[in-house]
Amino acid sequence: MSEQVPPVQQPAPVQEPSTAARLGALQRAGGIIPPILTAVLAFFVGGLIVMATGHNPLTTYKEIFAGTGLNWFFQFGSYDMGLPYTDATIPFFWNVNDIESEAAFNLQQTLLVSIPLVFTGLAVAFAFRCGMFNIGGQGQYIVGAMVSVWVGSSWVDMNSGLHIFLAIALASLAGAAWAGIAGFLKATVGAHEVITTIMLNWIAYWIGNFAFGQQGPLQNKVNESVPVSSDIAEGAKLHVFWGDPLLQGLHIGFFIAIAALVAYWLTLTRTTLGYEVRAVGFNPEAARYGGINVARSYILAMGIAGLFAGMGGALDILGWQFRLGVIDIQSSQIGFIGIAVALLGRNTAIGVALSALLFGALLNGTSTRNLDPEVSQPELAGNLTLMIQALVVLFVGADLLILGVWARARRLGGRGRRDRARAAEAPT
Amino acid sequence: MIARAERAGLSMERAFTPRNFAIAGIVLAVIGFWVVLPPLTQRSILWPIFFGILAIFCGIAAVTRGARRLGWSAVALGLASIGLGILATRSSVGHLDSVVVWSALLASMLRYATPLTFAAIGGMFSERSGVVNIALEGMMLAGAFFGILAAQKSGSWAFGLLAAMIAGAVLALIHAFFSIHLRADQIVSGTAINFLALGVTGYFFIDVYGELGTPSDIPRIPDVHLSLDSIPGGLGNFLDDVFGQLNLMIWLSFLLLIVSYIVMFKTPIGLRIRSVGEHPRAADTVGINVYLVRYASVTVSGILAALGGAYLSIGFLGSFNEGMTAGRGFIALAALIFGAWRPFGAFSACLLFGFSSALAQRLPEYSGSAATLFQALPYVLTLIAVAGVIGRSIPPAAVGRPYRKQ
Repeated sequence: MSEQVPPVQQPAPVQEPSTAARLGALQRAGGIIPPILTAVLAFFVGGLIVMATGHNPLTTYKEIFAGTGLNWFFQFGSYDMGLPYTDATIPFFWNVNDIESEAAFNLQQTLLVSIPLVFTGLAVAFAFRCGMFNIGGQGQYIVGAMVSVWVGSSWVDMNSGLHIFLAIALASLAGAAWAGIAGFLKATVGAHEVITTIMLNWIAYWIGNFAFGQQGPLQNKVNESVPVSSDIAEGAKLHVFWGDPLLQGLHIGFFIAIAALVAYWLTLTRTTLGYEVRAVGFNPEAARYGGINVARSYILAMGIAGLFAGMGGALDILGWQFRLGVIDIQSSQIGFIGIAVALLGRNTAIGVALSALLFGALLNGTSTRNLDPEVSQPELAGNLTLMIQALVVLFVGADLLILGVWARARRLGGRGRRDRARAAEAPT
Repeated sequence: MIARAERAGLSMERAFTPRNFAIAGIVLAVIGFWVVLPPLTQRSILWPIFFGILAIFCGIAAVTRGARRLGWSAVALGLASIGLGILATRSSVGHLDSVVVWSALLASMLRYATPLTFAAIGGMFSERSGVVNIALEGMMLAGAFFGILAAQKSGSWAFGLLAAMIAGAVLALIHAFFSIHLRADQIVSGTAINFLALGVTGYFFIDVYGELGTPSDIPRIPDVHLSLDSIPGGLGNFLDDVFGQLNLMIWLSFLLLIVSYIVMFKTPIGLRIRSVGEHPRAADTVGINVYLVRYASVTVSGILAALGGAYLSIGFLGSFNEGMTAGRGFIALAALIFGAWRPFGAFSACLLFGFSSALAQRLPEYSGSAATLFQALPYVLTLIAVAGVIGRSIPPAAVGRPYRKQ
């Protein structure tokens, strides 16, 4: 027994700051200015590419902006707004009637697209706060959508409220479980979450292709040649509070998204769980030394991230898609855009909300329906959205570049002030 | 540990090393599946179960004696052999004949594996030098589009390959600049490159080709015609069916495999790349230019991945559509991890994944929708591999960490 040599303590390698720590530093430095600079720079470079291919970037951007519906806010006037569930109307500064005002209709669509982006953005942001890079938002979103369409199209005669609750809850839990696999593997065997979430994305993608594909178990049996699910039951559809339910009006998932943002902020800043998650995000070794169960934090943080993404998928299905086709699974980018949303939003609740709105507006403004083909081909502009998104991610990734420029400018400014102060003090 | 291994080595005869146990298990598993397929076509489910159990037994024996990676492979293969064998015995002989045509299946496997091989070996250069490259997908896509664009405009596939290489190199240089000089997070930068490639190729594709898509008279990379019929026996025909009509790029991928192995493990250049990926500080101390090695490695990875993409567009399909790589870059990444960052390991994984794609393409004749699930196999296997069930895949030590000169 005495021959047993105690394990040699390996000298701990010098830890490079994790992505989360770097982003933490970024948040403290510069506040809201770097994200705005990042976005402006991305739009500028995107404009250069538009110009290089012989189109006018200014008219293109102007037309995209008109399609977003954000111009609605500039159209003041005195209008009436009906109060929900009553016949009473109250005076209002903007025209909420989407038949009279095209901008109002466009704004509805922008907000509609922003809802899932909030959720996939939160999914990336929450994992980031725990020092993990969740690339799996897309897979978790697909899993959530699949489960919600399955629940929504089963049990047709269920009570409406219960049906909606069940569909959202099960979809969220499925998303949480899907992401939890990556968290579990990270916590137990140290498998890198980027690799595992990428793999899980594609597994979800192919499961979706299988389940709703031709002769798949969840395919609509009415028409065997169309790879799409059955429609969800009427009772499982979310209430539309602004606009026409038949024309994709804005559904109450909007308020659920706002609630999710608040819940995200409360969880991170006002609960023990959030404190532990942030501590692990800044420095897992220090957190472990401080008595925090790091493995548990990894699993929980990934689970909550998946919960958000899965809920986003459910709201899209119950709110306006009502069915899920193979083509939806193949063409969806919502989860990936969530990465850009979280990065640009600096992983804060308000930042995620604003950048989700930005990307939602871009997606809607460049959609085939809104963009005038005379000014710019919608397909072209759709790819412009992708490019701007890429540039945003690229520039956010180069935080050092923007931070460096920012710090230098501050230092110069500071020195200038000091010099002026010294000059003022000096006797003349 | 060492003492125990030595004792075990001394007490056991040479032939019964755990490694050999595991290899025997793998062979048994393959035999178990092979007997139920044409031409033998045994109809009894006893055969696959018998061989499968033997294989699992050998695998477990190997695992308990220390050969974990190979041992678990034998166990997994044994289980697969039982499952697939039972499925095969229950299907009709006619279906099996149409699905399992070995020569066609192997040729098809090589076609599917080649783009993966180029990208995976490219990824190996980047990751061995310490730069994570999840942008392989985007670089492949750029290679596919700019390859077909240049080939169509110039009328020569060689110019297509050249343009693809340049496009891949440009994207790789952006990735390198952001992740080496600006010390951006390499995953974030790679994600951005993937989006950028998707957006740029989509934008130019619509701008140049519009709704009609690429024209049909694209100059294609030629096939290499070999007549292997002269080899005596049935073997000649078989080899001719597999290797007789392969694309030039497939042969180039074999060459690349050997060259990259020699460069990476037998030359000073490879030693430098690996040392920069394992311990950049030490490499810097002995006078290796860490930044230069990383820039060069990432650029090579971009060029190779783009060649894989160009094979897809101007070698294999002869057309381009938006997002046509459809996750192949990520399968290549998976193959790289599965193959433990080694050329032949990655190549074996590419062959395995290529085989599953080839099978998935032919299976619908037999079982319809279930074949779709086969496409998820590479990702599931990689998930299992990184989870450490079949022996952990251990990445280069400094991968993903930006290096700061002192």
